[in-house]
Amino acid sequence: MARLSPDNVTLALEIIGRYPRPKSALIPLLHLAQEQDGHLTDDAMAHIAELVGVTPAEVLGTASFYEMFKMEPVGRYVVNICTNIACQLLGGEELLEHAEHRLGVRPGQTTPDGLFTVEDVECIAACTEAPCLQVNYRYFHRITHDEFDQLVDDLAAGRRDDIPPHGTLARVRQHIPPERRAGCVLPEDTATPVWIASASTEEAEA
Amino acid sequence: MAITDAPKIITSRLGYDDSHTINRYVATGGYQALRKALTMSPAAVAEQVKAASLLGRGGAGFPAGVKWGLAPADVWPRYLVVNGDESEPGTYKDRILMERDPHQLIEGVLLACYAIGAGQAFLYVRGEMALAQERIAEALNDAYQAGYVGKGILGTDYSIDVVLTWGAGAYIVGEETALIESLEGNRGMPRLKPPFFPAAKGLYMQPTIVNNVETLSNLPWIVANGGEAFAALGAEGSKGTRMFAVSGHVRNPGVFEVEYGVTTFRDLIYAPVYAGGIRGDHQLKAFIPGGGSAPWFFEEHLDLPLEKVTVDKAGSMLGSGAIVVMDDTTDAVKACLRLVRFYARESCGKCTPCREGTTWLERILQRILDGHGRPSDLELLLDVSDNISPGLTWPPKQTTICPLGPSATAPIASALGRFRDEFEARITVAEQARTSVPVELKAPSHA
Repeated sequence: MARLSPDNVTLALEIIGRYPRPKSALIPLLHLAQEQDGHLTDDAMAHIAELVGVTPAEVLGTASFYEMFKMEPVGRYVVNICTNIACQLLGGEELLEHAEHRLGVRPGQTTPDGLFTVEDVECIAACTEAPCLQVNYRYFHRITHDEFDQLVDDLAAGRRDDIPPHGTLARVRQHIPPERRAGCVLPEDTATPVWIASASTEEAEA
Repeated sequence: MAITDAPKIITSRLGYDDSHTINRYVATGGYQALRKALTMSPAAVAEQVKAASLLGRGGAGFPAGVKWGLAPADVWPRYLVVNGDESEPGTYKDRILMERDPHQLIEGVLLACYAIGAGQAFLYVRGEMALAQERIAEALNDAYQAGYVGKGILGTDYSIDVVLTWGAGAYIVGEETALIESLEGNRGMPRLKPPFFPAAKGLYMQPTIVNNVETLSNLPWIVANGGEAFAALGAEGSKGTRMFAVSGHVRNPGVFEVEYGVTTFRDLIYAPVYAGGIRGDHQLKAFIPGGGSAPWFFEEHLDLPLEKVTVDKAGSMLGSGAIVVMDDTTDAVKACLRLVRFYARESCGKCTPCREGTTWLERILQRILDGHGRPSDLELLLDVSDNISPGLTWPPKQTTICPLGPSATAPIASALGRFRDEFEARITVAEQARTSVPVELKAPSHA
């Protein structure tokens, strides 16, 4: 049902080309699939398996290890509230409880309108800005209960176009211009790097 | 007090709104160290880093120059992997460097690869950090266009691709062998050392140097100013400057770059220019000196300098430069449970003592907190901990492949060692509730 689109296949091949071994592209490609569909579908994972040259089971094996990959549909906005130590000390757990009441769901659940999924997450590296949260991996620092309500209202009303739907991570991609590309160095390429070799030649001559 | 006027080595550009752009970077001396390095031999560049005595800033504090030297001579290709998977509880500094000075990191990567002869570099950014991924992608694209990265860098024979790659949510991937597994497209489970020391058998079984973001961000300054200028700052055994995040119950939480080894915990927590002291009229109860995995410190440790060897000897670590301050309102049992729960959730499941042990530690602590604790539970907590980290010594021993499991025992040994009365009080209440409430048994009435 949801294999990668032709545009995404082009992108996928560009990404695979950057790694000495195609399987190294697996996590970036899974993100690409999640960006396309909002979660990982079986068809997309099977397609990625074909592109990378592994079995669909191996793709699932990797995908299922990582927290960010969703095997079931989630809300348009995934709200990750940190309750780890620095946030706990400054009201992270209370903020999570407030969010549960405001949205009527428990952590891991999605609102019936499909807009919000709430998650109780581990440290997201904003400890001096506690309590903090992320919406689709965009940060909100030192957030009060009132600010949380405002944020939810704004998201529901479509007033936050700075936050892309769930699945989209970086909106800027790396692109290596072909004429500037140094190229992959495979494990089989056992030659001494040119600049190391020339330095030792110079040393020998000196 | 030792608040010094040491120069800002890695946070010098953060005052600019456009600190992440190539224009600002080049206008403030950026890529000059690369130009200088390209006139030196790779060995001479490595020598400067060694002279700087730069300790790794990821957690273990291993000297970067020594780490580079561990790669076996004349085995090619080698790889450089940048560890940008910052996720230790309390740690907030690599994200700042990636989001707000990505070119400084990229220049550091280029210097490292030049010195060690790496054929390709992979910059692994934590999955949840979307902005850092965007900023690094943009910075790399600009640096390629400007000729700083890629083929024939600045017209020399030095060529290398720096590939931005990213994770998908797993604390354990911050461990270097797990990161390599992840980069090979696998589940992020650590490898056994020996034989899989990355410097010998790392990415694709080739020699691989894994360096932290903050570590590499120091290199442009070191190469530009010389390793000796860097080593002139700080104390014996802890050179240069270092970023510390001070969070929790302080007036002014923040991330500060201070002279390493000289500044004390008291300076950092109480000085008005830093965290400004405990909030309100409260008193210090405890503080974590180096991230969630570090044993807790107390009042009597405040005058220790932020110096690796001193802190190690005192029974904890500076780890990832994360100081979490707890005041007298903190519930020691609750804080302990929250940290232990983190390790239980993040255990990769490879080693039995960690997978089963952390899970049981969490359950026991949860039942104590919920008022269902048993008198034998405190000894049980220590016994389970002992099975993961025999003897509960410092530095910790481990029955596991990586240090994640032993990390879960640090908050238990600390909280139980210092605040045993708080645990006992909860258990006593639970016991009384269980034994003293008269229970009237009545036959159900069916009237």
